[in-house]
Amino acid sequence: MAGSLQDWRQHKRPFAAIVSAPIFWLVLFFLVPMGIVWLYSFGENVGPAAIEITGTLDNYKRATEWLYLSIFLKSLAVAALVTFICLIVGFPVAMAITFATEKWRPWLLLAIMLPFWTNLLIRTYALMMLMGQNGYANKGLGAMWDGASWLRTLVGLQPLEAWTPVQLLYNNFAVVLGLVYVHLPFMVLPLYSALDRLDKSLIEASLDLGAGHFRTLMKIVVPLAGSGIAAGVMITLIPALGAYLTPDLMGGTDSQMIANVIERQFKRANDWPFGAALSFLLIYAMFALVALQSLRGSRAKVGAH
Amino acid sequence: MALFNRQPIAPLEYTRKLWMRSWLGATLLFLYAPLILLMVFSFNDSKRNVVWKGFTFKYYEKAFANESLVEAMVNSLTIALLATVFSVILGALAGVMLWRFRFPMKSAVEGVMSLPIIVPEICLGVAMLIFFARMDWPTGLPWPLNLSAITIAHITFCFPFVAMVVRSRMASFNREQEEAAKDLGASEWQTFRDILLPHMRPGLIAGALLSFTLSLDDFVITFFTSGPDTITFPVKVYSMVRFSVTPEVNAASTILIILTIVLTAVALKLQGVKGIAETH
Repeated sequence: MAGSLQDWRQHKRPFAAIVSAPIFWLVLFFLVPMGIVWLYSFGENVGPAAIEITGTLDNYKRATEWLYLSIFLKSLAVAALVTFICLIVGFPVAMAITFATEKWRPWLLLAIMLPFWTNLLIRTYALMMLMGQNGYANKGLGAMWDGASWLRTLVGLQPLEAWTPVQLLYNNFAVVLGLVYVHLPFMVLPLYSALDRLDKSLIEASLDLGAGHFRTLMKIVVPLAGSGIAAGVMITLIPALGAYLTPDLMGGTDSQMIANVIERQFKRANDWPFGAALSFLLIYAMFALVALQSLRGSRAKVGAH
Repeated sequence: MALFNRQPIAPLEYTRKLWMRSWLGATLLFLYAPLILLMVFSFNDSKRNVVWKGFTFKYYEKAFANESLVEAMVNSLTIALLATVFSVILGALAGVMLWRFRFPMKSAVEGVMSLPIIVPEICLGVAMLIFFARMDWPTGLPWPLNLSAITIAHITFCFPFVAMVVRSRMASFNREQEEAAKDLGASEWQTFRDILLPHMRPGLIAGALLSFTLSLDDFVITFFTSGPDTITFPVKVYSMVRFSVTPEVNAASTILIILTIVLTAVALKLQGVKGIAETH
């Protein structure tokens, strides 16, 4: 295709007509705002509503104090755990969709995509309802507890104490579960598109030559779908790292992530320069992840997400 | 039925294996059960949400009588509509630009274009907050002008998605058609309107649906750009969930979920199941 590209100099008028609007928008409403944030990160509060850009590095120094660094590391750990769980849960799902019949495959894909199109806030709220003190998750656990208690009486042991509802919400567990719930479709879709492109006869050959299903999976499918797996990991890891809503609504006081700290600088603490520095540290972390991905040499082209 | 199929399972028919089916079923249950319960309990005649007390439309009536909730919904739909129109135009132009021309610093432009997609939402929200504060963006304008800041922020993160969809659609365009049109005397604009645009259409529809859902869905960026008199639906639901959980939220959420399903059905009708699967 590269040969058919037109040089802009030979088509100056159509080029100008096409290019000016999107470039103008991108510069004015994206690059300029980001630039202002970047400048603010080197600024100081000089009055209640006045910020002066003094070139100070104090904001960054403060951001690397252990208090904030530990939240950063914790966010990274939570995002990594969420991504790992999504991969473990999502891989068999992507496999099942890939090997489904022609008739079923698009509908299964649609079933994965529909929650992904549904409002994030509504999905989080739905999960919170389910996991509340009187929610169905607690009721299900209670029923299982009663069942276990009854089994104990069958073998002559003392029955367990009565079930007391557990606190499923407002802790780290809830944040991880909530993030997995929200991000699972992000993982399944790129995995599916990688597995779909895989040459199925290689799997057949491996099975014919006596390798088991698990060995075929590890030696054939995973290496060949490597780029798709890497893309899925990135697509899940990056938004999970910057997640705001889920830790805010489902987390407790000790489960705040970096996005919540940034939000607080702007809404309550009113320390914009410090918030700007934290924002840019998050952006740099994300750039590092993207760079790591392209270092792997796997420039997977996976759809629109 | 297929569970009792007598035909032996071929080695590659992983989807016919029982554990694979259970895994898929359990995952779909995990994804859908909370949403279905939310919708079912919006019809529950009880304040305390969890025990079924009988069928009622009461909370829908309450939701519709709640003026600020209705206003938030109207705001959200207006913003989504405006953002979609602008995003489709800007995204189509950007997609054609990247597909068609060779120009200096092209890869840099491509990189910057994809930044709004990968920069964390919270950072974009913060940038928009500072930008509009710094610009002294007028507040208190009459409706719908008071929604301009939110709409601008939404266009910024929507149009790069449209650009990507349009660009990948244009890759299948046969250049000779365009040359033929020009040979036959069509002007640049006529060629664009009669040859390029019809080919682009499925990409534009997919991009429009994507923009509309992204805009309607957005909470974080809107949270930072909205003022006290410009509440959108997600921001309103957020404050309701935060401070008082009422079944009204269920009713309002159900309406939005149904809207999403309707939009999906429209997309299905226009593009078919396969078309949708391919645009992602």
